[in-house]
Amino acid sequence: MPVINKPVGIVAYGTELPSWSLSIKELEMAHNKEIGTVSNSLLVEQKTVPDFDEDTITLSTSAAWQALARAGITKNFGSKKISALFVGSESHPYAVKPSGSVVAGALGLPEELAMADLQFACKAGTQGMQICASYILSDFAKYALAIGADVAQAKPGDALEYTAAAGAAAFIFGSTNLLVKLLATSSVASDTPDFWRKSGEDFPHHGGRFTGKPAYFYHVIKSSKMLLKEMKLKAEDFDYCVFHTPNGKFPLQAAKQLGFSSKQLKPGLIVKKVGNTYAGSVPLALAAILDQAPAGKKIFVTAYGSGAGADSFVFETTDNLPKQRKKWQDFTLDKIKNLQPISYQQYARLTKDRYH
Amino acid sequence: MQITIAGHHTTKVGELWEKGLADLFQEAIGGSVKNAGIDSRQIDQVFVASKAPGEFNNQLHLNALVSQFFNHFPPSMRVEGACASGGLALLAAEQAILSGYCQTALVVGAEKMTDTTASNATRILAMAANHDAENGSTFPGLYALLAQVHTEKFKTSREMLSAVAVKNHTHALENPLAQFHREFTLDQVSQSPLVADPLRLLDCSPISDGASAVILTGRKMKNKPKILGFGHAQDALDLASRKDLTTLRATVQAAQKSYQMADVRPDQIQLAEVHDCFTIAEILAIEDLGFFDKGMGGRATLNHETKLNGKVVINLSGGLKAFGHPIGATGIKQVVYLAQQIEDERYKLGLAHNVGGSGATAVVHVVG
Repeated sequence: MPVINKPVGIVAYGTELPSWSLSIKELEMAHNKEIGTVSNSLLVEQKTVPDFDEDTITLSTSAAWQALARAGITKNFGSKKISALFVGSESHPYAVKPSGSVVAGALGLPEELAMADLQFACKAGTQGMQICASYILSDFAKYALAIGADVAQAKPGDALEYTAAAGAAAFIFGSTNLLVKLLATSSVASDTPDFWRKSGEDFPHHGGRFTGKPAYFYHVIKSSKMLLKEMKLKAEDFDYCVFHTPNGKFPLQAAKQLGFSSKQLKPGLIVKKVGNTYAGSVPLALAAILDQAPAGKKIFVTAYGSGAGADSFVFETTDNLPKQRKKWQDFTLDKIKNLQPISYQQYARLTKDRYH
Repeated sequence: MQITIAGHHTTKVGELWEKGLADLFQEAIGGSVKNAGIDSRQIDQVFVASKAPGEFNNQLHLNALVSQFFNHFPPSMRVEGACASGGLALLAAEQAILSGYCQTALVVGAEKMTDTTASNATRILAMAANHDAENGSTFPGLYALLAQVHTEKFKTSREMLSAVAVKNHTHALENPLAQFHREFTLDQVSQSPLVADPLRLLDCSPISDGASAVILTGRKMKNKPKILGFGHAQDALDLASRKDLTTLRATVQAAQKSYQMADVRPDQIQLAEVHDCFTIAEILAIEDLGFFDKGMGGRATLNHETKLNGKVVINLSGGLKAFGHPIGATGIKQVVYLAQQIEDERYKLGLAHNVGGSGATAVVHVVG
């Protein structure tokens, strides 16, 4: 469904980050790296660190709770109106047993609910957004909730550990009183084994540099170009852009290849302070943009999932967004500002508690 | 009898994700046959160079794999001598031609190294060290020891090491087949992440995919470059058993043999492709090959004496550092590059220097 001709979009959204952050400098010291070498290369300064009792379910619930609260403020919206829920993550606590059923129970969603967990590495959250939009367009649901969340796994000492972080964002899709209109979306997928975690394993493996050109860039560029062509739009027609942020470097390079400027990218580039929240990363970056975008602004979004595939979206903000935003608090940037730095020792203890 | 380079071809070098080991061999062979303009049935014998296809690609029995690319299934054998595999395969072909065993031989080398992690590639490459005497060592570590000794004895500075990398990356800008087309400053090299003190990331040659092939013949051919001389020598496999760590004795001896066969002096060489797997390796090479006095290689590089239009142009292709180092192909692609320069009439006399391990094997060719 590349170009959408019926009203569909986001009616509310919320985010959640853990309370802790760890500077990449601490990790560099712990792993005997020269200070600044990794962070300067990845363009990431710090990452969020989940507490030992935080997981995809708790982060998803908190993010969705903020979305519901904001929706409630604006139009007396109740959780009972939601009839579809999709939770995208690559760190669902259970291999069998959905995260979504716990999230739905905690939020008080009705039992008349279409619900499933999704898994497609870092694009599971955006795939959920696309499915929710489809439910609205097909009248399967009046309101549908999509969540992208992760407590990212990385083997201690692996390159992934420098950025693996935790966070979630939730989006309620509907067809009326939209904050943001979804104008078009498209996806690509291919069998590209760049990053994987087998059943029963605690940590993912990755193909090193293979994760770049033939994986991330091939799919992000292909999906983005496909949608831009379909929409007959160019990079300069957009006010903001978001590309998946496994680090700070890849989205900059992808944006440049597609003709987007760093000015368009910067408002969503929270990876520098948050790290790679895997399935939460593009949803969180989009939320950070919606926290500040005026009305009538076009946003281009492409998420990437290893394995591999990409989802692209064209959104446009409505007059409703800045009007409703005045009533909200605790924005994504506030959450980032409130992160409490911890030492490597505290981080190591939290990580040990998580896996033992 | 003179040995003529009848044809040659080198593939693009880099992270060639879409190409497997067999694809690389096939491209280099096809390109060299086309370049030679001969019927492939004239190839009497094939020599295949590859360092670790078993470990990198789960593929051995390469002589049969490569012979299968020809309709007439020519006799074929694989030669392995770590990073000098390519140079040794050339020697095997040259000896076969000179002995009269065959008249025309194809020498092809390839390595497909990027289908594994960097740490696994480092482990595989370390198999070229002495497993018992140097257990746990890595090649950056072994060459770092050579760099430390050179620095201590000759005051070779950080800047001198960096000058090698800067020059070779600049040279590679003109080589469309090179893995990297990016210039660096002395500071960028000196401040790149430390790998094994004093060697930093930008002191090291990359992990590369690529292939190269030459067709050598004893038949008389006009207006084609010739192999004027070759030499091969060995030294102790492990550093601890060497008499002197400021020189690679195998390089000195292989060079002497090749100069003698070609009847040339080092000061007559205009262009040399030397084995710069690490920046210190180029400094050792240009001293051991007789281009500069012992201990003066770093200073000469910093003084631009090895740049394009310098006293002797070293690694105009970009070398292993920037052209890339697909191990089995390296010794062959050096000779291919010289042949192309001579055919283009840019130079008349070139030298190729290919080293295995930390200097235990060295092969030198003089091409003109």
